Amino acid sequence: MVLLLQYTLIFSSVLILVALGGCYSEHSGVINLGLEGIMVIGALGGALAMKYLPSTTGAFWIVVISILAAIVFGVLYSALLAVACVNFNADQTLIGTALNLLATAAAAVIVKSINVMENPDNVSTTIQYVEEKKAFVVSWGSFEFNWFMLITIVLLIFAYIVLYKTRFGLRLQACGENPQAADSVGINVYKMRWAGVLISGLLGGIGGLVYITAGVSEWKFETGVAGFGFLALAVMIFGQWKPQRIAWAALLFGLFRALSNVYSGFDFLVALHIPGTVYNMFPYIISLVVLAFTSKNSHAPKAEGIPYDKGSR
Amino acid sequence: MNEAKPSFWKRDGVQSIIAALLCILIGLIIGYIVMLFINPAHAWEGLLTILENFFTFGSPAAQLKYFGSTLVKTAPLLLCALSIQFCYKVGLFNIGAAGQYVAGAGMCLYAALAWQLPWYLCLLLALVAGTVMGLLVGVLKAYCNVNEVISGIMLNWIGLYAVNMLLTQVKEVASPYTLVISSVNPSALLPTLGLDALFSKNQYVTIAIPLSILIAVLIWFIQRKTVLGYELQATGFNKDAAKYCGMKEKRNIILTLSIGGALAGVGAAFLYLTGFEQWSCTQSSVPAMGFNGIAATFLGGLDPFGTIFASYFIQHITSGGAFLDKAFFPSQITDLITSIIIYLCGFVLFFKMQMAKHHAAKRKPPKEPKPTVSDSVQSAKGSEA
Repeated sequence: MVLLLQYTLIFSSVLILVALGGCYSEHSGVINLGLEGIMVIGALGGALAMKYLPSTTGAFWIVVISILAAIVFGVLYSALLAVACVNFNADQTLIGTALNLLATAAAAVIVKSINVMENPDNVSTTIQYVEEKKAFVVSWGSFEFNWFMLITIVLLIFAYIVLYKTRFGLRLQACGENPQAADSVGINVYKMRWAGVLISGLLGGIGGLVYITAGVSEWKFETGVAGFGFLALAVMIFGQWKPQRIAWAALLFGLFRALSNVYSGFDFLVALHIPGTVYNMFPYIISLVVLAFTSKNSHAPKAEGIPYDKGSR
Repeated sequence: MNEAKPSFWKRDGVQSIIAALLCILIGLIIGYIVMLFINPAHAWEGLLTILENFFTFGSPAAQLKYFGSTLVKTAPLLLCALSIQFCYKVGLFNIGAAGQYVAGAGMCLYAALAWQLPWYLCLLLALVAGTVMGLLVGVLKAYCNVNEVISGIMLNWIGLYAVNMLLTQVKEVASPYTLVISSVNPSALLPTLGLDALFSKNQYVTIAIPLSILIAVLIWFIQRKTVLGYELQATGFNKDAAKYCGMKEKRNIILTLSIGGALAGVGAAFLYLTGFEQWSCTQSSVPAMGFNGIAATFLGGLDPFGTIFASYFIQHITSGGAFLDKAFFPSQITDLITSIIIYLCGFVLFFKMQMAKHHAAKRKPPKEPKPTVSDSVQSAKGSEA
């Protein structure tokens, strides 16, 4: 039971972080379907940092530096989306998809090349971080508290304040609802959209790092993050683009994702004789059902997905 | 555009081709730079290997044989690309093609191996399976307003896990791969009609290849020459206007995604019913075919005929990537090049606009009324941003 709680909280943290990323981006008017790819690249940044930090580094610095690496990688990668979609009016769905494919391919190429350089016989795309990972975890009895849970809560509250209580957040939302009106009162729509996308890169990058350190201590980069970026988008839609609701939605989805990790620990679930694959399918099925019921009355930002053209009216 | 026949360089088709070639060129250059970083000594050789593909073999017979193998994998890719093209023309991004492809693969293999059905029934069942997957996305989009990209991705993963479970029942005992069709049920193999003889007895070259080109022509015909195609594209341009004109926009959305699903499902049958590949029941990622289809679609300028050539090109470099020396380069290099090309396709509209501007500037009559101040401010602002 403690294990289920622990996994639910950590997977929910991933979903909250990435969904908040999507939230910033969509409130600025850009649909960020590339979150999945941003997660992969952020995870790569974090994993490389953990790999190359000297083993004498203190736990605190491991946490800080790997998070910073994930942020830098995520933000830089999301700039690819921003430049294409904000400045060149590219199709946001196409660019997002391209970034997802590019991320997995690039991460696989980079990791494989590094592995081969170290040992010509090692052609895997796996990075191990068994020791470094322990820096993120504090054991409270049988419950493993992860620093990311705290970071997520802080960023969640921060997102609420930024989006609803600051000038920046309200301007950002104006750009997603009615960019022409925002422009007419002197807000630079392009800058705001860049900001929205880069913040989503920051959060997506951290989310990726959390995802690969949740439960496992090595990651095979050719598999990407298995649709988790899209689950986060489903969470965001279910949460109606509002931080507080996103948190609740993420807990629900996180629970189902956690079940696939720990179902064998529950006697009554084992007694049902459901194959493990079915548990793997659960989060995706639940999200389809949930989306079917909640998308009808969607409160999506009105101008999302539409490139901003100063001349149009 | 008030001339009856625009000059050669201004034609839309020509500009699409130039834009596509530009995407390919930049994609290859970036790929080459990446290879230089990994292994400078063998980078050029590696790039040539990717581009040469079957030409790396010395004898003409071997070349022909591997050319056939590339074509065998082009047929399913073309079908996936057509699936995405058909939906995109209606304003729907069918990223679920990958899942529809998976469903088709699962169904045709199960029908061939467990039920011992002949090839045409397997093909039909693959079509049905793909259609059902597409239909689901369509219904969710039309009646529940679910974003087709997100539902498509969810169905990709659901499909993958379900097919892995289904095909585990017909897999070899000692390996994760499905049984070999030619030894269990040869009647399920697509007929070759003597085509194999053309490619140095490559038994995987079947009617799938000519059929896939026929289907591309059929798609072109439906889109350009039929009422249905017109209605679907009108729905794509403006859903509300189409509804106002009495078109059933919900039906059109569902129909489009169902046809898209059918195409992807048949695509899978075109590969797996040749016996060229076995399904690995432990695979943990959705096959790349559906995603490479996106590259082929956009590289082909969203035109069925362009898609044929683009599909071949994408498959050509993907197959070429398999010949790379594993000691020097990871085979994912070609995935990298392909995804960069997809990314660049997003800029095609911009390329085209630049070309239009270039031609407009060249053709400008010497005396033109000066643009008004507000105009120039506006355009300066636009270019700055």
